[in-house]
Amino acid sequence: MLNVKRGFIDKRRAAKAKLPEFDRLRAEARELKDHTLSHLDLYLEAFERKVIESGGQVHYAPDAAEARAIVLQLCQEAGAKLVTKGKSMVSEEIGLNAHLKAAGIEVVETDLGEYIVQLRGEMPSHIIAPVIHLNKETIEADFRRAHQRLPHGRRLDQAQYLVAEARQMLREKFLAADIGITGANLLIAETGSAVIVTNEGNGDLTAALPRTHIVVASIEKLVPTLEDAATILRLLARSATGQEITTYTTFVTGPRRERDPDGPDAYHVVLLDNGRSEMLGNEFADMLRCIRCGACLNHCPVYGGIGGHAYGSVYPGPMGAVLTPQLQGIDRARDLPNASSFCGRCESVCPMDIPLPNMMRAWRERDFARGNPPLSERLALKLWAYAAKRPRLYRLLAAIAVRNLARRGGARGSLRTLPFVTAWTGTRDLPAPQGRTFQSLYARAQSRKR
Amino acid sequence: MNSTPVQGKPGPHVGLFVTCLVDLFRPSVGFAAIKLLEAGGAQVEVPRAQTCCGQPAYNSGDRKNAVAIAKQVIETFERFDYVVAPSGSCAGMLRLHYPRLLADDPDYAERAEAIAAKSYELTSFLVGVLGLKEVDATYVGTVTYHDSCSSLRELGVKEAPRKLLLSVAGLSLVELAESEVCCGFGGAFAVKYPEISTAILDAKLHDIEGTGAKAVLSGDLGCLMQIAGRIARENAGIEVRHVAEVLAGMTEDPAIAAPRQKREGNGQRQAARLQKSSRRRARRCGVAKGVA
Repeated sequence: MLNVKRGFIDKRRAAKAKLPEFDRLRAEARELKDHTLSHLDLYLEAFERKVIESGGQVHYAPDAAEARAIVLQLCQEAGAKLVTKGKSMVSEEIGLNAHLKAAGIEVVETDLGEYIVQLRGEMPSHIIAPVIHLNKETIEADFRRAHQRLPHGRRLDQAQYLVAEARQMLREKFLAADIGITGANLLIAETGSAVIVTNEGNGDLTAALPRTHIVVASIEKLVPTLEDAATILRLLARSATGQEITTYTTFVTGPRRERDPDGPDAYHVVLLDNGRSEMLGNEFADMLRCIRCGACLNHCPVYGGIGGHAYGSVYPGPMGAVLTPQLQGIDRARDLPNASSFCGRCESVCPMDIPLPNMMRAWRERDFARGNPPLSERLALKLWAYAAKRPRLYRLLAAIAVRNLARRGGARGSLRTLPFVTAWTGTRDLPAPQGRTFQSLYARAQSRKR
Repeated sequence: MNSTPVQGKPGPHVGLFVTCLVDLFRPSVGFAAIKLLEAGGAQVEVPRAQTCCGQPAYNSGDRKNAVAIAKQVIETFERFDYVVAPSGSCAGMLRLHYPRLLADDPDYAERAEAIAAKSYELTSFLVGVLGLKEVDATYVGTVTYHDSCSSLRELGVKEAPRKLLLSVAGLSLVELAESEVCCGFGGAFAVKYPEISTAILDAKLHDIEGTGAKAVLSGDLGCLMQIAGRIARENAGIEVRHVAEVLAGMTEDPAIAAPRQKREGNGQRQAARLQKSSRRRARRCGVAKGVA
């Protein structure tokens, strides 16, 4: 994990350094996305028109349940038994796999990382590196368990063997699938295209080989033009993996046309809202600029300390700490925006200039207004604020507290334990105060001067 | 000190925002700040009616109390030419967050903007506004500097403390690996999520120990208490000080969380303990990261 993390951070830094106009692109991207979001209805209509013109269909899903139902119905109408999937966080968000499986449809993830977490029955722990929490040996064991018909003595001790085996297993699925489901990194209003970036090419095989291709994407993925898409793509790969561009960048526009050598016969786009249009009008609107690059996760000390699964959401890290309360409700997800030191590194590396700490604080305000923090916390804050608003009283209380603490600190100069405040002293000493408050020492010094 | 107040012209009138942590835990930092500001030619005053900048309320989602405290700070400090705090965190609160908090308040919006424009973190004020180029202080040994997240990212303070430190006689500065990473303090975060906070802290301590410096300095007492608290618990034997103490040549007081009297004669025992504890921590560090 440490190496991968450093890899992400160092590679991003190098890629950014090689692109002098990175900051200008960042400002442009921010502006174009803000513009799109403030006219989202118009761009959605334009996008829909273009998709229909190119022979596809667009379906609007207000929430996760509706999106699942639409996709299932499309699968059933096509008589699908086997569905292949490209990597899609939106499909994770709506819990698509479980829904299709419950209806008797086999779903196979084709992104290597997603394939592995599917074998393990887990959630991805990172939005662009789903198995960042696993090591090679664990994956080898998973493959031996899952692929029992392959020879026992085969080598799986290096990444290349694991990749080759996954490719071999997936190849038959690609060819046999009735429907391919992908996400979209961008939707382009001007052309009605969906853009998919991958490093494995699995997205293309998922989109092009089956008879039906379904794109599941959320409404904020829209950009007006191809030019705009290019601006964001230049930021996306550099911020995500430190690449200048991903190995595959695919523009999908409708089903197969007469002279196309391949492509699906039917093409559908399912557009998911799921709370996003509500965010357009509230203090979390900036979050809709997010392009899911994962840079905020890679640079977050909290994510680095606890890992993706601890967030209990498909969206971990700082972006997840803002998105998840919108999806699950703040009452359930209150720890996510609260567990941050507000170090601000996420915001500083965000290619879309999203003020993540400020939005986490906005969630804390909602959380506080709902009375969610533990009573002890609220009480302590209340007492502290009462004194902080009364400087005279505050000085008196501070002087007493400081003397007391300084005495307890003694010759050691720090306190190993504190009554009631064990959360600090469990792992750290509390440095002892020097003995008097600054205010009292300063007042004494001033009166001596006079 | 290389102070350059123009003859006959009084220097700027600076209100020292002491900060609650300095007031409670480390008054010497307040006196060091005064000494440095005066050396730079400022006339310093410390208003009595100050408590805290309001971050504990603001970052807990208690907007009402944060607003009340912000107004109180504005009323107390708006008469000064400048407001200076020996903390990037509190200066950042005044500079960036007061205008946000009070943007919709007809009586305070402009006043918040005004106070924001004249509020500074100490070292950046000394260098950037007072034009201080060097200090008259001696500190013998190698130190490393921890950038607090607020100083670095909210205020863009990076060069100022280093520039002044390099003028301290006897001092050599060695940079931290991963110097842009948080120490895990984060105010109430440190007590609300102590395990996460400590995991982040141990990675930082690992890097601090890696520098071989005898002391770690920073411009924010919050970070320093976090770092010093862990160092004291682990007997890691690294001195922890606010940068202002070193710049002002006021290092005769024991370092943060350091014993009051130096015990003589047990140096070897201490060194052995130190080694053991750092090995222990390195192991734990590895474990914490392995989990992630």
